[in-house]
Amino acid sequence: MTAVLEIEGLRKSYRSRKGVRRALDGFDMVVEAGQVHGFLGPNGSGKTTTLRTLLGLIKPNGGRMAILGRELPAHLPDVAGQVGAIVESPQFFLPFTARDTLSLLADAGGVDRRRIDEVLELVGLRDRAKDRVKTYSLGMKQRLAVASALLKNPKLLILDEPANGLDPGGIREMRSLMRTLSESGMTVVLSSHILGEIQLICDSVTIISAGRRVAAGSVAEVLATHRSAAVRVRVEPGVDLLAVAELLRSAGAPQVTPAEDHVMVGGVERPAWITWVLAQHEVWVSELAPVAVDLESVFLELTGTAPVRGESRQVDETTAASGGWGR
Amino acid sequence: MSLATAELRRLTKRRFVRWLVAGTMAVMVAIAAGFFLSNEKVGPRQIAEAKVAAEREYQDTVRQAEQERRNCELAPGTNGYPADCTQLTPPQPQDFPLDWYLPSSFVFKSDFGAVITTFAAIFVLLGFVVGASYVGAEWSSGSMMNLLLWRPRRLQVLATKLGVLLGAMTALSAVVAVLWTLTFVVIARLRGTTDGMTAGGWRSTALTEVRAIVLILLGAAIGFGLASLGRHTAVALGVAAGVVVVLQFGLYLVLSNADVPYSEIWLLPVWAFAWMSKEVKLENYNSCNYSGVNGCVPDSLTLTWPMAGALWAVIFIVIVGAAMWTMRNRDVA
Ligand SMILES: Nc1ncnc2c1ncn2[C@@H]1O[C@H](COP(=O)(O)OP(=O)(O)OP(=O)(O)O)[C@@H](O)[C@H]1O
Ligand SMILES: [Mg+2]
Repeated sequence: MTAVLEIEGLRKSYRSRKGVRRALDGFDMVVEAGQVHGFLGPNGSGKTTTLRTLLGLIKPNGGRMAILGRELPAHLPDVAGQVGAIVESPQFFLPFTARDTLSLLADAGGVDRRRIDEVLELVGLRDRAKDRVKTYSLGMKQRLAVASALLKNPKLLILDEPANGLDPGGIREMRSLMRTLSESGMTVVLSSHILGEIQLICDSVTIISAGRRVAAGSVAEVLATHRSAAVRVRVEPGVDLLAVAELLRSAGAPQVTPAEDHVMVGGVERPAWITWVLAQHEVWVSELAPVAVDLESVFLELTGTAPVRGESRQVDETTAASGGWGR
Repeated sequence: MSLATAELRRLTKRRFVRWLVAGTMAVMVAIAAGFFLSNEKVGPRQIAEAKVAAEREYQDTVRQAEQERRNCELAPGTNGYPADCTQLTPPQPQDFPLDWYLPSSFVFKSDFGAVITTFAAIFVLLGFVVGASYVGAEWSSGSMMNLLLWRPRRLQVLATKLGVLLGAMTALSAVVAVLWTLTFVVIARLRGTTDGMTAGGWRSTALTEVRAIVLILLGAAIGFGLASLGRHTAVALGVAAGVVVVLQFGLYLVLSNADVPYSEIWLLPVWAFAWMSKEVKLENYNSCNYSGVNGCVPDSLTLTWPMAGALWAVIFIVIVGAAMWTMRNRDVA
């Protein structure tokens, strides 16, 4: 497989009167051809900055980027026709209709105007295409943005939070659209905060935190490397769960969390060990279930942004040790 | 080329631009109508009427003077009358020139220059606002960013937009200039005269119109450049207002109070006037070059149209250059 998008050691600092803010701090990313790639990270971690830099809207302070094998930003004009993109809540000139907006872009980019009807149909705006964008709802603007990105029939589609403002039906349509597009050979990079969605449609992901890559690979790989092997343990009724938890702790289990009707045990290599420990104290296990980790918990762990009770986390705050996890 | 046609479409599709152009046209029509209604052709009848009116006014004044003299002779030296009542001179017929009693009449040769300047002034304003809003709304609405995703060569995008704006303004103002000239030829025929318009006169009129169009394009380019620098229409309008208030009124007041000679050179309209009427002579009334024939002749400074042209070139290069430079170097975020 060939890389459609490569980023190495990308750095970008925003300068302002208050000083310098490092938005990207040696960020790496690779997207293989034909994949749907999820780009995840907490608010302010640098996703939009990465995509803007890639699209030539802002100048990086260092690092290397390439799209479809061409170095950026030097060769951006050559590949721009093959990269469709929306960047974070796209804005349009409100007094124009959707059709006018698209036809102006099509003319500027030398795209056949017949394509306009196709993309309007695709994003479900066919019947509202003659309305001014001013009269559109948030989700309709978002659909128009997706339409504008698809207009070029790109090889690489970059979507920054495309689900923003979409209704559940719209999200599902978007999901199947991504599938169809990637089956037709398009590579899709998708930034989103809806991790369930990402887990459903993405082949691979990159997770960014504080301007650095903290994880990358196929969804299964990322999940596997961080399977903290949590096990749900239920015992016969009438046994004090706090006492059970204490037993396991003193026997050496690293993470034990008692709950209402079960105990969660993490970091244990062989779940059967739990049965053995408890049986020695005449406590009989009635259920021993490995809990599948999902992307959300991995994300929260890697980025150190899991909510802590009684505290309100500020943006830019992460508890994760900095330093790349990636490959 | 595809970008240029798309941009031309974008410019002409804008409702604001359409309304502005329509409004400007309405103003132009109103001005022409005003000229038409307030002028009259001067024929034998008008001359005869004017003679009657002048004679009547002369006789009235003579009667009044007669009355005054009688009052004076009743009590010379009182009530503000002089002691010698022969000092009250009766009016003379030549104090009532026929011209004053003729209706105003549009003489193309002498009157059309000011009419072109009016056209230039209105269209400079139009060009400035259209230029500013064309690129300003692009920036503030985010469509500039969208466009850059399609055409990443930023300088080419901005230069094409400016080219399209200037091309469209040239076409519009050339057409309007021709219509404007024809309208006033008709007005002169019906309500005045085109006498004295030689081939040279027509050439000079045409050149004045060309200079008017150059001024209009400069206005459009400045509006475009300022709005692009500030990435918002309001910035261009704000800077224009600031320049008018601070530079045009403030600085001029300060300098002329300090008796700095030729402080008018800080007034852009003076330069525009020099540009349109080929030269403007500024005089320094605090100086005196005595000559036996003319008495005190003040120092003077003549602003010519090439000087004004050089000033326009500098303003154009500075503002458009700065706009291009920031377009190339500043992040689009
Ligand atoms: N124009 C700007 N000027 C200064 N700082 C900026 C600018 N744009 C972004 N930043 C800063 O850069 C960092 C990364 O921002 P970015 O928009 O890339 O985050 P993000 O990952 O897209 O977040 P979100 O999930 O909220 O969209 C943030 O700390 C932000 O404050
Ligand atoms: Mg973002």
